[in-house]
Amino acid sequence: MSEDIYREMILDHYRNPRNKGKIEEPDIRINDSNPLCGDEISIDLKVEGDIIKDIKFDGRGCAISQASASMLTEMVSNKPLTTIKDITKDDVLENIGLTNLGPARIKCALLSLKVLKLGMVKYYVDRDPTSAAQMKDESKVF
Amino acid sequence: MQALLDVRKIRQDFPILNRRLKDGKKLVYLDNAATTQKPNEVIDAICKYYSDYNSNIHRAVYQIAEEATEEYERTRENVRKFVNAKYEEEIIFTRNTTESINLVAYSWGNANIKKGNTILLTEYEHHSNIVPWQILCKSRGARIKYLEVDEDGYLDLEVLEELLSRKGDGKIKLVSLSEMSNVLGTIFPATEIIKMAHEKNIPVLLDGAQSVPHMKTDVQQTDCDFLAFSAHKMLGPTGVGVLYVKKAILEQMKPFISGGDMIKEVHKENTIFNDLPYRFEGGTPNIADVIGFSSALKYLNRIGMENVRDHELEMTNYLLSRIQEVKNIIVYGPKVAKDRGGLVSFNIEGIHPHDCATILNDFGVAIRSGHHCAQVLMEKLDIVASSRASLYIYNTKEEIDILIDALNHARRIFNL
Repeated sequence: MSEDIYREMILDHYRNPRNKGKIEEPDIRINDSNPLCGDEISIDLKVEGDIIKDIKFDGRGCAISQASASMLTEMVSNKPLTTIKDITKDDVLENIGLTNLGPARIKCALLSLKVLKLGMVKYYVDRDPTSAAQMKDESKVF
Repeated sequence: MQALLDVRKIRQDFPILNRRLKDGKKLVYLDNAATTQKPNEVIDAICKYYSDYNSNIHRAVYQIAEEATEEYERTRENVRKFVNAKYEEEIIFTRNTTESINLVAYSWGNANIKKGNTILLTEYEHHSNIVPWQILCKSRGARIKYLEVDEDGYLDLEVLEELLSRKGDGKIKLVSLSEMSNVLGTIFPATEIIKMAHEKNIPVLLDGAQSVPHMKTDVQQTDCDFLAFSAHKMLGPTGVGVLYVKKAILEQMKPFISGGDMIKEVHKENTIFNDLPYRFEGGTPNIADVIGFSSALKYLNRIGMENVRDHELEMTNYLLSRIQEVKNIIVYGPKVAKDRGGLVSFNIEGIHPHDCATILNDFGVAIRSGHHCAQVLMEKLDIVASSRASLYIYNTKEEIDILIDALNHARRIFNL
């Protein structure tokens, strides 16, 4: 039932998103959208010595996609950039407390993770183009 | 007031309306603009073809193939009557409205759209009436102009007149528009628009995907040059579309899909194409579903398209008035039901349409949420998405009441 999805925590992050906005001169800026529903997420990152010093997301979309993005930024803030590689979709779903989503809505919940991983890949590939193939394999969400 | 249709009786003809969802709830199906449900006689006609006379059409001389050919061609005649076309050969079967429009873009478009020409669309078009023209225009060096839609969901015919009068560079070579918006619900004055275009010798393609299923269609009266629509939005099976083209235009058009069945003779170096309309139906068509479509047309004819329209008017009126009871609701399109088909798009402030649709699903209510394949219009309305409830012959006021209860419940869940 929907009451199980739209709990206080989700609604709180939806209405009061953490780390929302843009970073001036980010080291990474990346965005993607969900073609089926039009959810959009863009993520800016500031990286210092491989540590995520600042992260901001921006976007429009449903409560699930926006709350999930908000919680994801909290999850990786001040962590090494490489931790992004190891975050699984189950990690994100457990973190936001939604492990029973149907196939249509699960894409909303995971859009921000997809964008974050794309950003990490772009960051490393820009610095070492030969790592492209391996990085792409390691960062697939779906 | 006496109900216009015997909806209780109609509902018995649709097996899906009797099913129970996960938690025993009834299905409240309000996504008819996406696809409608199918009555038993359509499902039975498809089964009968496969179990009784399954065979390929047009070529074989044995009995069951002749039966299949006869039923397939009977559908063509039934479609002709349904839209009141003059000739049977003006009716081409495709897969869907999208393919019908693509056929016109590739065949007619490539022969007639030249560098510097303009194709006039509107801002409320479905992607299927935008993308084929974008591809054509890119390859031909032509341009698209969008006729604006105002905030209440209407077109300004004076602006249209000005655009149609343009000469030289920027002259309009084709108008392609939907007779009814799948988001705003507006029914546009097709006959008047076509008359205006014809005064300047500009042909008009009418996208009838939303209008043909819901009101009487008469291609001789509207005088459209092309009409595209889909069977599955009018009780018929998926995988069957129709393209009507005026015979004089069709005779000049080159084939789109080429290969089997659309030829008279094939030699090593050249081919003589088949007669109309077979020239435009390359390969084995969707025989079973075309035959099934006949039963859908028969069903709608029995009810009468005027009665379909009247029933939807009554339901839309009720939906428009009840939905205003929901706090913080934004309704898109015309304020009055008479200017609308049977659909209403809306947003509740503070609830994204996907969240709204998820909560409505708890009530068994099936509505559509998203951009409805009309992102140009979404940009104009400055929204990412909307919710849409769309009605058909089997929907009742009780179902609309359930929708309203569910919307109020969504507001409670979001603490609004």
